[in-house]
Amino acid sequence: MTTIYKRTKGLQDTELHYCPGCSHGIVHKLIGEVLEEMDALGTAIGICPVGCAVFAGNYFAFDTIEAAHGRAPAVATAVKRTHPAQPVFTYQGDGDLASIGAAEIVHAAMRGEKFTTIFINNAIYGMTGGQMAPTTLIGQKATTAPLGRTREQAGMPIRVAEMLSTLDGCVYAERVCVTGIPHLNKAKRALKKAFQRQMAGDGFTFVEVLAACPTNWGMEIGEANQWLMENMAAYYPLGVIKDTEAT
Amino acid sequence: MKREIWKGSEAIAEAAIRAGCRCFFGYPITPQNEIPEYMSLHMPQSGGVFVQAESELAAVNMVYGAAASGVRAMTSSSSPGVSLKQEGISYMAACQLPAVIVNVMRGGPGLGSIQPAQGDYFQATRGGGNGDYRTVTLAPANIQEAADLTQEAFDIADQYRNPVVVLADGLIGQMMEPIVWKERTPRKLPEKTWAACGRGDRDHSNFITSLLIDAPACEAHNLELAKKYAEMEKNECRWEEILLEDAEVVIVAYGTPSRVAQTAAENLRKKGVKAGVFRPVTVWPYPYARLREIACRESVKVFLDVEMSLGQMLDDVNLAVGERKPVRFYGRCGGAIPHVSEVERAAEEAWKEAK
Repeated sequence: MTTIYKRTKGLQDTELHYCPGCSHGIVHKLIGEVLEEMDALGTAIGICPVGCAVFAGNYFAFDTIEAAHGRAPAVATAVKRTHPAQPVFTYQGDGDLASIGAAEIVHAAMRGEKFTTIFINNAIYGMTGGQMAPTTLIGQKATTAPLGRTREQAGMPIRVAEMLSTLDGCVYAERVCVTGIPHLNKAKRALKKAFQRQMAGDGFTFVEVLAACPTNWGMEIGEANQWLMENMAAYYPLGVIKDTEAT
Repeated sequence: MKREIWKGSEAIAEAAIRAGCRCFFGYPITPQNEIPEYMSLHMPQSGGVFVQAESELAAVNMVYGAAASGVRAMTSSSSPGVSLKQEGISYMAACQLPAVIVNVMRGGPGLGSIQPAQGDYFQATRGGGNGDYRTVTLAPANIQEAADLTQEAFDIADQYRNPVVVLADGLIGQMMEPIVWKERTPRKLPEKTWAACGRGDRDHSNFITSLLIDAPACEAHNLELAKKYAEMEKNECRWEEILLEDAEVVIVAYGTPSRVAQTAAENLRKKGVKAGVFRPVTVWPYPYARLREIACRESVKVFLDVEMSLGQMLDDVNLAVGERKPVRFYGRCGGAIPHVSEVERAAEEAWKEAK
């Protein structure tokens, strides 16, 4: 008998708390698979965010540190510089990374810190119950934008991958999603590339994942995935944003 | 042992390196810039890590990261900057992470002034950040002590798995004095088996977190921490007594004002006023018990609390002395340093009043 699929050793054998249709669990699995394939489960150190993934350390099977809201890149800076031979990553949502932690992510990328950031962009605050994020789309409703986000009131949503790509310290930035198997496979390849370039010592690497939040978007799972592809992917284009290795 | 002239801030930085501190994260602020400046050259030379962070917040969270992965780390700042560091200190206390935070205090509130002050006493001794926690807080009164206490701070932090604060005022940071680098006997310290440094051969992964979302678990965690704080109170309290044996007026002061107080006491004795000085070296834990014993002495008539703030340590002096003896206060603030003649006058008046 041939094994065609098995659980990654990168995750603990436990139940996740995420809502149905949430992308976090899928991305956790991909990270676990990539680190297992790189034989890095004994050396990897993950930095978890504040937000829905605040419990990620209960799921990953390697060492993890829970950071204060937005500070994961500062924490990772110290961890990587004191453990330069080990893979280090931050796992952050849009409120954590693009709002309260905007200074930390920009400066980590500017310094070319040799860790990987995995940015889960679901255009909303999940854990606190659906408030507006810096990445919430124009017209999208949130509990703090009950009539929908407007440019006049809140400005235009921030494209983080593009912004960080302007910094020389950032050597690789790609935007992916996990909506369906082809996208999921692309996302895994992007994660692997980010970790490989980190371990090659090239600089800061960044993977943005457009993620679904059916619960706080107020949608069915299928509808949420469709909305993501039609609206989020239109404003946040998928693909490689920066790759200093590309010719 | 060879005596060397050292500036306070540089002595603190060098002491940290000698104590095995492997990384320093800081952000410029006067009057402590000599610490990051010294570290930027000497920490890498000793094989360690130096990063000038984008903010005090980032710096303290870098310390959090280094500490969480099992590495000795330090940050330093001055009053407004230390306010920003309270987030990280609270998280480190919650996650039981050892680290050293140096505060070279200046005038406040707000931006205040850049001259020496002690207005951060409440913040340093009452936790400072959110939640129920304490930090051992060491208050050097000279450069020798700044060097010695900074080294010991790392051992205290590791022993209890808790952040330790070195609370110096701007004068201690900026003044130069002769010191000797003493041979230290390091404490016996527990292995950092809890560190998130890579799972290796462990049968479990380590997850450093301060989130205990259910109330019973969070309360139990707080009660465990409280046991540790009780141990610190029992073991780490220290103070100095100067001319106290027959003193009638006891001046209580820490840091720079304690030196002013000592000169004032010596001058008063020449005039026939039996004055002495009680100097807390740890301001948390506070030497309540010893101060209470002194208050019970029949010879002691009155206490004078002297600060470079407007009566913050006064709360602790009152807690110790209670109704046993009168407690008077003299303070300067905002960067002003009390003059010997002022302290002398205040102590003599208190003494006459109590006679």
